[in-house]
Amino acid sequence: MTLASSLKEPGTILYEDNLSAACHWSLNMRKGTILKLIDSEGGANVGMLFYNPENLLERYNAPDTLKCQHTFKLSKGNCLYSDMGRIFCSITEDSVGWHETVCGNTTRKIVQEKWGEKSYQDFHNDWNKNGYDSFLVELAKYGLGKKDMASNLNLFSAVSVNDKGGLHYLENNSKANDAIELRFEMDTLVLLHTCPHPLNPAEEYPKKGIRYQIIQAAAVKDDDYCKNLCEENKRGFKNNELFHLGRGI
Amino acid sequence: MIKESKLKKEDAIYTEEIAAGDYFIKVVNKGQTFRILDIGGNQAADTLFYNANDPSERYSAMDTIREQGILYLTAGTKLLSNEVNVMLEIVADTCGRHDTIGGACATESNTVRYALEKKCMHACRDSWMLAVAEHEEYGLSKRDITHNINFFMNVPVTEDGGLRFEDGISAPGKYVEMKAHMDTIVLISNCPQLNNPCNGYDPTPVEVLIWD
Repeated sequence: MTLASSLKEPGTILYEDNLSAACHWSLNMRKGTILKLIDSEGGANVGMLFYNPENLLERYNAPDTLKCQHTFKLSKGNCLYSDMGRIFCSITEDSVGWHETVCGNTTRKIVQEKWGEKSYQDFHNDWNKNGYDSFLVELAKYGLGKKDMASNLNLFSAVSVNDKGGLHYLENNSKANDAIELRFEMDTLVLLHTCPHPLNPAEEYPKKGIRYQIIQAAAVKDDDYCKNLCEENKRGFKNNELFHLGRGI
Repeated sequence: MIKESKLKKEDAIYTEEIAAGDYFIKVVNKGQTFRILDIGGNQAADTLFYNANDPSERYSAMDTIREQGILYLTAGTKLLSNEVNVMLEIVADTCGRHDTIGGACATESNTVRYALEKKCMHACRDSWMLAVAEHEEYGLSKRDITHNINFFMNVPVTEDGGLRFEDGISAPGKYVEMKAHMDTIVLISNCPQLNNPCNGYDPTPVEVLIWD
C-alpha cells in the first residue's frame, strides 16, 4: 500500500474524473483502493480487462470467474479472478444487479452494420469507435496485442440465456446514477472503454459516458461480504495472501 | 441438435487415441473433417484452435456465441475466430450440446474451486503448457492459451443467471465432427479433472479421426 493512500481515511475520494462516451483509457489500480463507476445518464456499457502489471501474462479470466462462483451474472459479492487463481478485485457495491462477461466487443464491422460508419475525418472525436479496436490501442501501450485480449467484462450490461441457450440482451438494465464499486485486492492494470454493448439493439449508436472515482478502501476484514460469499472466494483471498507474502507486502 | 455422420472409420486418413490426461496437437487442413470420439463416455475434451498460417487468429468463444446468439455448440454451429472468421463448422454431433464458457481446469483454479490441497492435481492448462513447450514449431506460448471449447461437457445456464456443472450428456461412442474452413492447429487436452462430474470422476481416452 502506498504511503499516500495509507494516510487517508477509508471512503476518501482520492481522484475523480469523467470518461466520455465511446472512449478508451487505462490506469493502474493499487491494492486497497476502490474504482467506483457511475452510469451518468443510464444505459452505459463499460468494457473492461485486467492484467497483473508485474506479469502481464496473468489476465482476467471470465470462465474461472463464473465457474468458481457458480454464476453467469456478476453483481455485489462476486470476485473477479485471474487465470492464476487470484482475485484482481471484488464487487463491493452494485446498484445494477447484473453485469455480463461473455459477449465480447463491438467490432468495426458490427458498428458499420448496426449504426453506420462515422469516420474521424467527417466527425472528428464524435466518430463511432468500436470496443475491439479500443482495447487493441490500450493493449499496445503496454506491449500487448490481440493475443492478450481475453473475454472482457461488459459492466452495466446484461444478457440472459433461455433454456435452449438463446441469448437475450436486457434493455434498461442500468439507470441514471447506477454505480458499481470494484475494490482491488492486488495491484492491477485496468483497461476500459465506453463503447456500446455489441448486442445493444438501439437504432442510433448509443453515446453514454460514465463518471469514475478512486476511493480509499477499508481493510478487508474476516467477515467481509465478498470474501464470505462462497468457500471458493475464501480460498481466492488465501491465494492473494501468498502472492503478497512473496512480494513483501 | 443430433446429426449423424456418413463418414466411415475405415476411410479416415489419420487416427490417434489420446489417453486420459494427455494432449493432442496437429494441423487439420482446410477442407478436411475431423472427429473427436468419446470412447468411454462422459469425457471432456478441452479444445483450442489456431489459424495455422497466423496463430494470432484463434478460436474465440465470445465471438462464436455472440454472432450466433446461442451459448451452446452443436451441429450447424460455426466456430469463429477473434477476427470473426469461420474457422470450422460442426457438421455432425451425436452428443447434442457442448460448452464454451466453462473454460479449462488449471492447478490454480483447482485451488479456488476445490481446496488449496488440490494444487498438484493434473489439469488441462498444464497439458497445454507442456504441448506448447514440446512443440515450439507452432510458435505458441502461454499468451495463446485462451478460452476453449469443452466438447462433451454440460454447463447449463438458467434464465436468472445461474450456472452449474452437470453430469455429462455424453456416452460411450458419442462423437462430434468438424469441417475445417482454414488450415487449423487443433490443440486438445483430454481432461484429467477428478473433482467434478465433467469426466464422470473417471477420465477415459478419446480418439481423433481425420478424413480428407
